[in-house]
Amino acid sequence: MGINLKELSKQEDFFTSGHRACAGCGPAIALRQALLVAGKDTVVSFSTGCMEVVSTIFPYTAWKVPYIHSLFENSAATMSGVEAAYNALKRKGKIKKDINLIAFGGDGGTYDIGLQALSGAMERGHNMLYICYDNQAYMNTGIQRSGATPYGASTTTSPSGKVIPGKTRRRKDLTEIMAAHNIPYAAQASISDWRDYMTKVEKARSIKGPKFIVVFAPCQLGWYYKKEDTIKIADMAVKSRFWPLYEVENGVHKITKDPKKVIPVEDWLKLQGRFRHLFKGENKKIIEEIQREVDMRWERLKKLEEAGL
Amino acid sequence: MAKKKEGWKELPIGAIIVEPGSSRKFKTGDWREGKKPVVDKDKCTNCLFCWISCPDSAIIVKDGEMKGFNLDYCKGCGICFTQCPVNAIEMVDEEKE
Amino acid sequence: MKVAAKTANEAMAEAMRQINPDVVAAYPITPSTEIVQIFSQFVADGLVDTEFVPVESEHSAASACTAAAAAGARVMTATASQGLALMNEVLFVTAGLRLPMVICEIARTLSAPINIHCDHSDTMDQRDTGWMQFYAEDSQEAYDLVIQAVKITEEAFLPAMVSADAFILSHSLQRIEMLDDKDVQNFIGEHKTPFSILDTDKPITVGPLDLQDYYFEHKRSEAQAMRDAGKVIEKVFSDFGKKFGRKYNLIEEYKMKDAKRAIVLMGSTAGTAKEVVDTLRADGEKVGLVKVFAFRPWPTEEVNQALKNAEYIGVMDRAEGMSGFGAPLFTEIRSSLYDENKNPDIYGYVYGLGGRDTTPGDIKKVFDDLKKVENGKKLDRNNYLGVRE
Repeated sequence: MGINLKELSKQEDFFTSGHRACAGCGPAIALRQALLVAGKDTVVSFSTGCMEVVSTIFPYTAWKVPYIHSLFENSAATMSGVEAAYNALKRKGKIKKDINLIAFGGDGGTYDIGLQALSGAMERGHNMLYICYDNQAYMNTGIQRSGATPYGASTTTSPSGKVIPGKTRRRKDLTEIMAAHNIPYAAQASISDWRDYMTKVEKARSIKGPKFIVVFAPCQLGWYYKKEDTIKIADMAVKSRFWPLYEVENGVHKITKDPKKVIPVEDWLKLQGRFRHLFKGENKKIIEEIQREVDMRWERLKKLEEAGL
Repeated sequence: MAKKKEGWKELPIGAIIVEPGSSRKFKTGDWREGKKPVVDKDKCTNCLFCWISCPDSAIIVKDGEMKGFNLDYCKGCGICFTQCPVNAIEMVDEEKE
Repeated sequence: MKVAAKTANEAMAEAMRQINPDVVAAYPITPSTEIVQIFSQFVADGLVDTEFVPVESEHSAASACTAAAAAGARVMTATASQGLALMNEVLFVTAGLRLPMVICEIARTLSAPINIHCDHSDTMDQRDTGWMQFYAEDSQEAYDLVIQAVKITEEAFLPAMVSADAFILSHSLQRIEMLDDKDVQNFIGEHKTPFSILDTDKPITVGPLDLQDYYFEHKRSEAQAMRDAGKVIEKVFSDFGKKFGRKYNLIEEYKMKDAKRAIVLMGSTAGTAKEVVDTLRADGEKVGLVKVFAFRPWPTEEVNQALKNAEYIGVMDRAEGMSGFGAPLFTEIRSSLYDENKNPDIYGYVYGLGGRDTTPGDIKKVFDDLKKVENGKKLDRNNYLGVRE
């Protein structure tokens, strides 16, 4: 255990260069870091989305581990089938090795259209890790709001206009939804905290049964910030407590990073074009609402942790 | 890249891609919009924060030592520049080189 | 060999037990639920080595089976109606990835209005997915076709569904001759795949993004596989016939040799139609029947050969097709025969929707209509049989 960059750098990347993700892509970082921990004997399934599209344009693939993409909403069901085949073939002696099974999906493919398949797979208890890279909107189709898009954000289907100030609904708390499946491990991570994220991937790997990690992965194109700021934006989401880093292991919540210097959520919102309209006139009260909600959610998380729940 | 594309009888069954990591034949370095990273090795501590943060695996590391950038793939995003804790990486104009 | 009384559901479940697939992912739906239930009991009793995945939807059933097939497993499932419709999106993937898989399908209506009884709307809805389709007349055929489909799908690198009519077959006890377990195993052989996504030493990418420069070539290749599948099916049918004495063909001809008037149909109604043919033949009428086993791949040559002497043809469709013209089987037959020198007169009959009973009288009406046409009467090109005006 323990993430050692020098050691990790000696192995090859199993998600490699030449993919067509935008410059400064957050999700690409999330994939690379997960695969560095998962290693060679890993099989990956993917839902339709940005990372699927950019990584496997025939005849090119950025994957150096076996990879399967089927549809948008069925990454978890796809991996259920791979796991069933693995169990059957291992029992027959046709496969000898231990293999990591990781299903990936974006927030659209996970929070929304793929939620049923994910819920089913987690309930059935397949020995797999599901990683959702969360960039808080349907980016592949051009920045449409998803169940992960935060309150107040402007997207192409929740645009800020003269009478509606961006998304009017709260985002789903997917980590808690997954924890409520009574799976052995559910966690929330961020690409800004690679050690925390990769440790969670490694931990998930060591646990038998269904595991879930949602990793915060900003999108410069859809959030409208400077492309070099991808990790900085992720970092500020953690430091403002907008995106707490925590895990739920066997039903017990544990905050894995308690930011020492907490920043106002406004500082984080300010850097992103998708929240620009919130800084005008009447809309400013939405910023206060967002801050209140962030504080409330953090308090709730703290209480759960303190109570050993 | 100039290779003639295969006809339907020559392609593998089911549209599978049999060569792992074949994307490396597709160079993304020409996506840079005028800026490229340079490293000052006198300042660099080989912490590898740049390496772990690069979306394009474009940081060259050998035996735990940061050796520079693979400009065939670097898209010039500048994340490495923001992540270097000792300010050893700078984004410079490519024309001026 | 063992003789038993089995419904089509039971017969197909028994076939699945004897096939002993690596993975079955399935979801209950009337009237195919029994197949899944019976098979679950086989799993619970240790009669099969299968990994059974009780998924949360048919979409996931098809997704899990497709992925398991890509992982090198022999896979099967069972479904009907809305379940098959929910699988639609995945069915294209299974075929496009050129993966073998078998669905035991019970032919049932599609909503709305909701109805649990027999017609072929569900399978007709899937006719462009790239799946082979076989239609059984009785429990015996359902059983035999499922076993043969396993071998066909693995040799043709295309998935297959074997369809049996809802309730009429799925829930009716019939006498069947079952093969010995070891004979089934010997017949289907060990499952071998050209690639597996569980082979981490030879990592492949399955299901890439194909753009304007490759998609067409991949689809062309898939289309060729369907064009070539007829030969694979005939070979497997022939092997099965030689080993077990029951020889199937892409179509079945019944008293067609000198038939001037013919009916073409699929599925359980063939039994009733054969009786009507016998009765009319006893009266000296030159009538016959063509039962289509394989709707996909479409057996053009065989159909044309069978109908080469028929001058008046009634095509009976247990699905509407909603084309505003003719139903699916009718349009296929008419299109197939277009290039023939003889120009037979072909009429469409939509029948039995929503499980409406089809009587010998209904079938006789078709033959009678064709006779009237022969005698110079005009008839609508497309007709409905057994519906109240």
